Amino acid sequence: MKKYYLGIDLGSTTSKAVIINENDQIVGRGITNTRANYKVAADIAREEAIYDARFTLLSNKIKLDMEAKPEFKKYMEDIRSVFQYQQFKRRMESLEKMLNKTVSEFAYENKTAIAEKLHEIIENIRPQIRNEFVHGNLGSKNQFFRDIVSEKYNVGVDALGREYYEPLMLAFDKSITPVENEMVQYNFKELVLESMAVLEEKYKGLADQHEDGSKEDWYYAELNAVKSNYKDVEISLREHIEAIASEDIHIAKMVGTGYGRALLPFPEDCIKSEILCHAFGAHAIFPNTRTVLDIGGQDTKAIQVDSHGLVTSFHMNDRCAAGCGRYLGYIADEFGLSLNELGPEAMSSTKETTICSTCTVFAGAEVKELLHNGEQRPNILAGLHKAIVQRAMSLIARSGGVRNEFTFTGGVARNQAVLKYVKQMVTDSYGQVTMNIHTDSIFMGALGGAMFARRNISADLPKAGKSVEA
Amino acid sequence: MAQEAQKERSMILQKEMIEGLFNDLGKAKETGKKVCYTFVPGNLSELIRTFDMLPVYPEINALQSAMRKKSASYIKEAERHAHSEDVCTYVKCDVGMMMKGNIGPTGEKIPEPDILLLSYTGCFTFLKWFETLKREYPNAKVIMVHTPYQENAKITPEMTQYMVKQFKEEVIPQMEAVTGIKYDEEKLKKILALSKEAEDWITKIFDTTKHKPSPIDAYFAGVYYIGPINIGFRGTQQAVDYYKELYKEIQERVRLGLGPITPEGEMKEEKYRLVVEGPPNWTSFREFWKIFYDMGAVIVASSYTKVGGVYDMGWRHDPSRPLESLSEYCMNCYTNLNIPQRIDLLSKCITDYAADGYVTNSIKSCNSFSAGQLGMMREIEDRLEVPVGFIESDLVDPRYFSYSNIKNRLESYFQMLEQRKIIHESEKV
Repeated sequence: MKKYYLGIDLGSTTSKAVIINENDQIVGRGITNTRANYKVAADIAREEAIYDARFTLLSNKIKLDMEAKPEFKKYMEDIRSVFQYQQFKRRMESLEKMLNKTVSEFAYENKTAIAEKLHEIIENIRPQIRNEFVHGNLGSKNQFFRDIVSEKYNVGVDALGREYYEPLMLAFDKSITPVENEMVQYNFKELVLESMAVLEEKYKGLADQHEDGSKEDWYYAELNAVKSNYKDVEISLREHIEAIASEDIHIAKMVGTGYGRALLPFPEDCIKSEILCHAFGAHAIFPNTRTVLDIGGQDTKAIQVDSHGLVTSFHMNDRCAAGCGRYLGYIADEFGLSLNELGPEAMSSTKETTICSTCTVFAGAEVKELLHNGEQRPNILAGLHKAIVQRAMSLIARSGGVRNEFTFTGGVARNQAVLKYVKQMVTDSYGQVTMNIHTDSIFMGALGGAMFARRNISADLPKAGKSVEA
Repeated sequence: MAQEAQKERSMILQKEMIEGLFNDLGKAKETGKKVCYTFVPGNLSELIRTFDMLPVYPEINALQSAMRKKSASYIKEAERHAHSEDVCTYVKCDVGMMMKGNIGPTGEKIPEPDILLLSYTGCFTFLKWFETLKREYPNAKVIMVHTPYQENAKITPEMTQYMVKQFKEEVIPQMEAVTGIKYDEEKLKKILALSKEAEDWITKIFDTTKHKPSPIDAYFAGVYYIGPINIGFRGTQQAVDYYKELYKEIQERVRLGLGPITPEGEMKEEKYRLVVEGPPNWTSFREFWKIFYDMGAVIVASSYTKVGGVYDMGWRHDPSRPLESLSEYCMNCYTNLNIPQRIDLLSKCITDYAADGYVTNSIKSCNSFSAGQLGMMREIEDRLEVPVGFIESDLVDPRYFSYSNIKNRLESYFQMLEQRKIIHESEKV
């Protein structure tokens, strides 16, 4: 039986899971938003990683086809999005029930009207979301259930009169948490088959796409290929799906890390510091890494590692989290933007407005003042991003500076504007060094954890203390 | 059994000494003894004793208040009187305690000072602290000695002469005037001989961490050990007896191969040996200590236990050169060493006591310690390739001790040490 190793990184904002095989290769990744119930967050991330691992196994089975035929590649991309939608749909059903229940328990006089409006909103957003998953690119946006549904729901509520605002928002706030904290297990095979049916419908209905020059050539090639040949892919997938779905993804050992690690239901020796895990993960992907910067939700860590990927020293923000991901979250709320929109808007700035506040809450007041004075929003956002990176740079300096190579990890590494300033400031302060940013940056902690799990270091190697007596 | 009794004896001795001092302070008015407020670094205990005065150490009172969970309300009181949030929390705690009636750790009221003696000027805050106290106690005589910093890593004859001149022209005449007692050099010499003896013993005590396992914790227990020598008992037979007794007890632990005693009993397994730079946190002293001993970490040397005197390099009070020796003592206190000297001293500790790591506890409101701490850490890391760790807390303000942050940093640090140990072991095999 093949052995797999799991790493779970329970962060303050997101929970990540990574599954690796015996060769340290990542076979599955899962991510979800951290919620009140940590165990559920960890379980969901793990389940996601297991589904992802099954997809990896499936892709491996049809590897040759995927390399040679564009329809296989496209189909596998699409099926993952639709697979996510199938999970979304089930959670949405659960949320709908909860919303109805909440409203039915309301004491408002116009309860019936509220229930009707609620029904309208749900009926309205359901097809929208389906469409964005099946035909759009929602599946690749890394958004979580709560974010997706609340964004659409808020729009729906806003469109109604003031009289419905309070009860409908209250209904949502009361319902989303229990739904989010509920652990639902899905049947992989069932979901894949359902997804295939949705895809069949999608491809059947597709008109021939003509090149209008708005997309790259390969886009039309893939789409037209999949439209004509999706049946071949289906046949091929059906051949393997049974075996893949029933394959035991045997987790031989796991390690939990992250800010919430102490709350994970893991034995004590399976809990590792996120500093060690991030460093180990980053080092595994980029073996020449000597300095790691990790910006997470409420921690920024500057870590120095040796040639083994072992930490030699580290520095973390103390007393204040103004330079971390949460700062961006707060700013996004201030501007009424989603977290994903911050970076791109900051990138469109013409200059960086100077932000003086080192405190998240004060920065909010400062931002309002700046807007009032006519500063452009992208410029303010650029200034805020720069402020975060300046804080990170100070931690790097305190930890001993940047040594070649430099690897940037954590959720914030996905933000293009942060990336821009990190590159700029590292080069300004330390000259030209190799800088690594990986698409899996956010998973580095979980990867490090999984790698520690595989090594099972404390058991495999001789016990410390031996030479002391010698 | 024997061991239990021995352990108790040194603790009883210490308790008696401290209680005796605060008793004497409580009765100072009746006995007519003069009271001298002064600070631990560069303290002139021997001279104070020569003039039969009783010493009060405001920073010791502050840390005692913190350990008795009283510092928060004292600090609040001082802040109500316009002391800023950034002011050294020892100062605020002391000022707050004074404003709330100046009740000392044993419940007795601490008498007002007759003298405010500032014999170490390396800490600028000390100056401001006594300026504040002078306003509160207008009748107190202020005596200030300028202590030259060891900028060039040595004490030159001119520096010593400069200080002796201050003793002769300023300190001694003013002490004579306040106490009405004539300066008696022979008496001072006798006291200094006892100081030297106590210093020999305490050096031996802190040197026992050479053993594996270390029989003592040189930081968390160390702060208790330095108590008598730092609060005015240097130069007494009592201090010599206490240290002799303590040494005997520790020797017994060495003989039995025992590790240090913690508040939860004996430390079972010594996993990591550390050198710590910086004062401890006093408000959560037990919790802070527990993080270390729970992980099997023992502190084999610390800079903080050297604030009241650096004896590692062989320096002792010398009865044959009384005032010169007092001068050198002032200039030789830990925070008066320049940064490279501190690095050398700590590096020597790491090497001599076979430490696995070096941890800095940085106190934001303490400039004397914090200045240069990061640079020192980097230099030590480069020089000895020893894993370094950095945490931040405060002296006596409970608002600045974040248990979860400190625990998180230290947990990561210990795991880092563990990993390196394992790698090194596997390389040896």
